[in-house]
Amino acid sequence: MSTTTQPRSVLILGSAALKIGEAGEFDYSGSQAIKAFREEGIRTILINPNVATIQTSEGLADEVYFVPVTPAFVTRVIERERPDAIVLSFGGQTALNCGVTLFHQGVFERLSVRILGSPIESVIDTEDRDRFIARLTEIDVHTARSVAVDSVDAAVAAGEQLGYPCMARVAYALGGLGSGICRNRTELRDLAQRAFAHTSQVLVEEYLEGWKEIEYEVVRDRHDNCVAVCNMENLDPMGIHTGESIVVAPSQTLTNHEYQKLRDVALRVVRHLGIVGECNIQYALSPSSDDYRVIEVNARLSRSSALASKATGYPLAFVAAKLALGKALPDIVNAVTGVTQACFEPALDYVVVKAPRWDLKKFPGVTQQIGSAMKSVGEVMAIGRTFEEALQKALRMLATGARGLTGNRSRQWDDLTRAIAEPTDERIFALADAFAAGWSVEQVHAISHIDRWFLFKLDAIVRQSQDIATSDLDSLSADDLRAAKQRGFADEQIAALIGCDESSVTRRRRNLGIRPIVKQIDTLAAEFPARTNYLYLTYNGAFDDIDITEAGAVMILGPGAYRIGSSVEFDWCCVNCVRTLRSLGYRTIMVNHNPETVSTDYDECHRLYFEELSFETVSEIYRLENPLGLILSVGGQVPNSLATRCADSGYRVLGTASESIDRAENRHRFSQLLESLDLPQPPWQELTNLDAIYSFARSVGYPVIVRPSYVLSGAAMAVAANDAELETFLAKATDVSPEHPVVVSKFIQGAKEIDIDAVARDGELVCLAVSEHVENAGVHSGDATLVLPPQRTYLETMRQVRRVAGEIAAALHINGPFNIQFLARDNRVMVIECNLRAARSLPFVSKVLKTNFIDLATRVMMGRPIDPVEPHRYLELDYVGVKAPEFSFSRLDGADPTLGVEMASTGEVACLGYDFDEAFLKALMAVGFRFPIASILLSTGPVASKAAFLSGAQLLASIGIKLYGTTGTAKFLRKEGLDIETVAWPLDNELLSAIDYIRDGKIDLVVNIPKDNRRVELTNGYMIRRAAIDYNVPLITNLQMAERLAEALARRDPTALPIEPWSAYVRGQH
Amino acid sequence: MSGFDAARLVLEDGSELRGQPFGASEAIAGEVVFTTGMVGYPEALTDPSYRGQILVCTYPLVGNYGVPGDELDDLGLPRYFESERIQAAGLVITDLCKQPSHHSSTRTLDEWLHGQGIPGLAGVDTRALTKLLRDKGSMLGKLIAGPGEPTFVDPNARNLAVEVCCTEPQDYRVDETGPTVVLIDCGVKANIIRSLLRRGINVRRVPHDHYFLNDTFDGIVISNGPGDPQTLTTTVNHIKHALALSVPIFGICMGIQVLSLAIGASTYKLKFGHRSHNQPCRDLLGDESGTIGTRCYLTSQNHGYAVRRDSLPDDWQVWFENANDQTVAGIRHHSRPLSAVQFHPEATPGPNDTNWLFDRFETQLREGRET
Repeated sequence: MSTTTQPRSVLILGSAALKIGEAGEFDYSGSQAIKAFREEGIRTILINPNVATIQTSEGLADEVYFVPVTPAFVTRVIERERPDAIVLSFGGQTALNCGVTLFHQGVFERLSVRILGSPIESVIDTEDRDRFIARLTEIDVHTARSVAVDSVDAAVAAGEQLGYPCMARVAYALGGLGSGICRNRTELRDLAQRAFAHTSQVLVEEYLEGWKEIEYEVVRDRHDNCVAVCNMENLDPMGIHTGESIVVAPSQTLTNHEYQKLRDVALRVVRHLGIVGECNIQYALSPSSDDYRVIEVNARLSRSSALASKATGYPLAFVAAKLALGKALPDIVNAVTGVTQACFEPALDYVVVKAPRWDLKKFPGVTQQIGSAMKSVGEVMAIGRTFEEALQKALRMLATGARGLTGNRSRQWDDLTRAIAEPTDERIFALADAFAAGWSVEQVHAISHIDRWFLFKLDAIVRQSQDIATSDLDSLSADDLRAAKQRGFADEQIAALIGCDESSVTRRRRNLGIRPIVKQIDTLAAEFPARTNYLYLTYNGAFDDIDITEAGAVMILGPGAYRIGSSVEFDWCCVNCVRTLRSLGYRTIMVNHNPETVSTDYDECHRLYFEELSFETVSEIYRLENPLGLILSVGGQVPNSLATRCADSGYRVLGTASESIDRAENRHRFSQLLESLDLPQPPWQELTNLDAIYSFARSVGYPVIVRPSYVLSGAAMAVAANDAELETFLAKATDVSPEHPVVVSKFIQGAKEIDIDAVARDGELVCLAVSEHVENAGVHSGDATLVLPPQRTYLETMRQVRRVAGEIAAALHINGPFNIQFLARDNRVMVIECNLRAARSLPFVSKVLKTNFIDLATRVMMGRPIDPVEPHRYLELDYVGVKAPEFSFSRLDGADPTLGVEMASTGEVACLGYDFDEAFLKALMAVGFRFPIASILLSTGPVASKAAFLSGAQLLASIGIKLYGTTGTAKFLRKEGLDIETVAWPLDNELLSAIDYIRDGKIDLVVNIPKDNRRVELTNGYMIRRAAIDYNVPLITNLQMAERLAEALARRDPTALPIEPWSAYVRGQH
Repeated sequence: MSGFDAARLVLEDGSELRGQPFGASEAIAGEVVFTTGMVGYPEALTDPSYRGQILVCTYPLVGNYGVPGDELDDLGLPRYFESERIQAAGLVITDLCKQPSHHSSTRTLDEWLHGQGIPGLAGVDTRALTKLLRDKGSMLGKLIAGPGEPTFVDPNARNLAVEVCCTEPQDYRVDETGPTVVLIDCGVKANIIRSLLRRGINVRRVPHDHYFLNDTFDGIVISNGPGDPQTLTTTVNHIKHALALSVPIFGICMGIQVLSLAIGASTYKLKFGHRSHNQPCRDLLGDESGTIGTRCYLTSQNHGYAVRRDSLPDDWQVWFENANDQTVAGIRHHSRPLSAVQFHPEATPGPNDTNWLFDRFETQLREGRET
């Protein structure tokens, strides 16, 4: 096929589950690409098992395959669909790597599939470090001095040659996985050893300590038009991965000479490599000259490009898709402005700050230090007209408890110098504390290498805070207060500094006539009139950019930063809610600040406030827009937590009444409600005094579970086995949610867990989906493997679940989406939790059932009629959906990869099959399990679970899988007549231990069942689990999962599962 | 910082914007124009084309990397600036950086303006001001950051070029065997001179009204400069005569307007001008790449006047067109080496994407000498 004719059909590869280094940005880019192709009349086929994404929703791609993005599956989809073309650059590193493999396998050639966008050779040029350096040297572009090596010994030799510290980078790795700074030979050897488990090439290069890190986003068309859409500067200098850095757009400390020089280099590189579409280029820039190095080139859409797109209003992914079709930049209209075309570089008249969100505290054993590999799970983007304003907004948006740079709970630093010199996720606050303690900018610069420009700004915020702290509210003049607001101080922050309450500050501020101004992001700094709906608030302005004329808008609050427990699924909920509202004729106002989302796209809502989700900001927008009402129940826990305050302020909250929300979220009140309804629940007791709790625990018997109220992803939830543990966990729980009650309940062992997702109208059930967990209770529902419809649950249990759900809906007079979690044992159910909001599993159940629960919930909340849903539909499917979690343990050095009551997964996939085994195996493959399996290492834990897994082990042996077992497990199974080879525990001091077997590639799967669900220090089990992660061997730590896998493998050949598009399964279901 | 506490910008439509003064405590009048460039304030402020204008920056943070020193390079040109002094009459911004950071910085923006006697105003909603200028067109204004209150002055009514051009012819010789151009200085930016010298082209820089036709040269460059081209009648007349010679002529910014007037075309004042680093210009003729109409360049622009498209004589072609508003951005003769662009191929500040125009001109010069 010629390169100029338009393809009739295009296959798009997604990025599968969200993981550290590959998050929601690829839902945004893939969705934009699909829209761009559809607009040209091209049939689109999407492969992405990430069920929570927008791109896999109805009405986007013509055909969706919920199958793993692996060469084998993609090949089979190509054989089935025979697309004319494929795009590899919209699904992150996952899609790119898969595409490169398929290219090498000759699949595209064999099946006549044209690769759109950048030629595959240029992609390989950017990915293979040796070729990359050679190609750039051809045009005299500087790259870091480096040596590409393919063995540990060669790495060490390279280190000796370059000198320490040096930087080791892993080729073909997303988010810098496994890369790091090595300060000596031992560190380099360790890192190389682990890296070669994932890769065939490591690059050892000069470490540019203290150099600025700068990025450019460039697009090029096939006519050689080339523009640099955006540049960005990292606050954290070289050595910290850009995904871990606070990033500012545009660059702040570059002169015109430097800005243009790097831009020129970017354009030359992109042209030389022959990129067509989008490209990201990362630089190190000397702080003392204009010397530079190109660090990395990504010939695909990336996290940075999503950020650049949202930061500038330039729709990078959409344009890249058009360019891939061969269009010329000047011929593409910029749909954001309607008045400009795509051969254009946006001019910003604001400053953007991106800050990463970490969840490191969820992982005991993980170092808090950040560096050249990504650990953050999400990010926020703040907009202001001073750097201080944008930075302080961003720090609050992270929702980690910060009120800004200052005015926060005091932190104890063991060693402040170290906290600054060896950065952790809290360094920004260490910097503030250093300035508060009187350190000079020079002192801080010397140990952090952060550009003085940023440090001066931080120092100034701290000094301003100190001035505020010595005032009282009445003595704070209008000028002082305005100055504080212009530097990004929140009312709550000012209140904390002064020592008064937030509402007094807000009242005084409003009385003084100080309110934020609404400004527009229009890509051209007001030079031409442009109709955009991208808005932000600032105190550095005098005139609003918009008129509030039309009434009747509905305001929807988004979920904010992706974090463990709140991720792309809530973006899906928000976008679907907006789409339904639009179809019903409402104007929509979206508030969100996560640049990795579709809900913040220019073509989703009528007005987008790229803003904080704090009560202060929501109030200001509400007062300005005076909407018809607020929807707080589709954006996860962040908006849900605002319900009471919004209702108390007289705002119209749509959906279930806030009083009911409190009755469900407040553990004490909810347990009382269940009691009054005579609905079964595990025995419980509210924390009032410790003695009462201990006697409760002893009377019901340990273990007990500690549960704080109003928390996300089971934060501070823990199972205690004795008094001492209980005391520790109670302290943690009261710390995490101090103003809400903590409840302690009996932890029921050996129970099944069941989730329901439902919608009710005026207390009457409208629709309901029941999913069972594969894992027994004790694994957080976000980490559990869900099955819909249930395959191993009694019909009687299902009936009880439905009845209880109905009673709770009626009692709480639910009007909108909700979810309930149940325990089931011995054909009896108990309620453990209820959330009166859309839950994480809503996209999963909506897509499996092909019934959009958010659409129904939105209609209910707006009081609109709905088509009745057949009540037993969820049981009568001809197929099964299995949702499986994705963990990012490989990025979290030292984390114990076990499952517990606190959520640890970063993403999920779901696959469909005509039976459970099929869907289950596909889902496992979609999260990285590799089949076929020739050998398994078993260490199956306590005696009871050893016995329980006997039949599983027999099944595995029966299909010819070689079994290895740790001492006890091997002994047990051998006694049962199985052929199993014993391997020593790591701490046994034998010559070879299980870890050596794992490292040497002798093990294809590790099954390690820990004694309990608690995460403890260094043990044999921990070392085996960790080795599995570090050497990239699939790991199962749950007995039920191991059992189901053994059964499935015994029944099915995982390499020959049927592949069908979503539409084939659901056809005939309506 | 001056202690003046009623600092404000007053526009001819009566609008008044208050702010905090910086730089010199002066009260001045001029034409208020905005630029949307995000970097390059030292280059912009010293660009002679801003003579008589009060410059408004839409990018809110200004002064971040301080101001470099005044030293000259080995060609005798200011190393970091486009002329020897700040040319703008005043500066209006949102957020002044008082603590800059850069290895090349020798002073703050505030200190620099103060030292050069130029007033500044910070804390202004420059986006709102820009929208006002966009909607009503460029306006006259008064920046009152010191005692007294001047009357409104339209700088375009006077010959601004005379205020900014060199007073005597000046020779820059880099290659005795190389070509020489006459550079008609209407307020030339230093980087135009650098761009020529770097290519081995000797430059004889002459005041805009200097009669150069008796000099020896291989080509003519007409520079950028401030104000209304129609005030430069002498220059236009000289160019009319020069057109009779067969030497290559290249005009930049004001140069395109002067050349246009010389060939009998006309110019007009744009509502609010083009002053930014991101003006896309389509190459309508496409001789370089061979594909007509598909090439588009990002250009740096700073002009308030433009060439009227339908006034061009038949033997002239529109070469570049502004992709945003379709105004004329470049012209050339259909057969002779005569051309001019409305944008700044020398950049500084702004993108270097059209540097190749100097290469093209160099080729024309060298080919012209051979024949």
